[in-house]
Amino acid sequence: MSDLDAGLDPGRRRSIIRDGLAVGVATGAYGLSFGAIAVTSGLDVWQACVLSLLAFTGASQFALVGVIGAGGAPLSGMVTGLLLGTRNTLYGLRLSTLLGFRGVRRVTAAHLVIDESTAMSVTRETREAARVGFLATGIAVFVLWNLSTFGGALAGHALGDPKAWGFDSAVGGAFLALLWPRLKDRRNQICAALAVAVALVLVPVVPAGVPVLATAGVALGLGLLARDRLDPTEVPDQHDLPEGGLG
Amino acid sequence: MIWAAVLGCAVGCYLLKLAGLSVPPQVLERPVVRRIADLIPVALLAALVAVQVFATSGHNGGQHLAVDARLAGLAAAVVALLLRAPFIVVVVLAAVVAALIRLA
Repeated sequence: MSDLDAGLDPGRRRSIIRDGLAVGVATGAYGLSFGAIAVTSGLDVWQACVLSLLAFTGASQFALVGVIGAGGAPLSGMVTGLLLGTRNTLYGLRLSTLLGFRGVRRVTAAHLVIDESTAMSVTRETREAARVGFLATGIAVFVLWNLSTFGGALAGHALGDPKAWGFDSAVGGAFLALLWPRLKDRRNQICAALAVAVALVLVPVVPAGVPVLATAGVALGLGLLARDRLDPTEVPDQHDLPEGGLG
Repeated sequence: MIWAAVLGCAVGCYLLKLAGLSVPPQVLERPVVRRIADLIPVALLAALVAVQVFATSGHNGGQHLAVDARLAGLAAAVVALLLRAPFIVVVVLAAVVAALIRLA
């Protein structure tokens, strides 16, 4: 473990922090679209901001507002958001040994476990480099994500009719952009195609929100049937950022 | 109801993150659990794209499938993603294309 505990020279530290800030700025633009979509989906400005402050994980937040905006029950939206949030549990498992946070620091750091902070820390060779990458990226994204959510929510509030501005179409584009980096993998492609089919078949026959939730069954079935093999897209690394704009 | 969903989602998402950092890795490192957890976001995001683009609320409160300007917006998003455009460009383009088609 002596390698893991090696120090970090100041130049390297600065460059890792700079990369983290760059990812944060890129994510800020993404927060603007979240804020605007949230209020045009029926949340108020405060609900959008509380979600970004406390949930702080983009895909889950988009899922919650997307389901509500499409006429689904808020509860279905919440469950969809939570299912997407299980991704962060996997990231945490991967990060816990590497970061080695304990006690209060772990409880605090947990809030920052998202796609971006994982991507910018999981491939580092030393604990110190991983911590710097994780914290710099996590804090930069947190600050900009929340500021831009607020700005986007105010803008969306001022815009009026969401359909005239194509906001309903923007939500589909946002989900596709979140899914895109994972479609490099063959098993994921099959899973996505099956999920689309199941959801579309269910749309006319079950209440809004349920078709999406039901596709968790597709993941369950495929996961049980598939042979074991590592998915290269399972945990994002720096190459997936910032154009992946994951959240 | 929306507040309950917002707060429930917030608390749950935080606990899911904390669980990852706190649970001994071997508990969830079983291959089948990993595979399922890995496929869940893929299935849900794909379904969210499909529903967002094709589902429309009918006057009776139910939902049905419809092909409209949103599909053109999605096609624009695909092109933008193939060109490796940043997230915000993808989203804005999907909106603008759908809005323009509705104007026409």
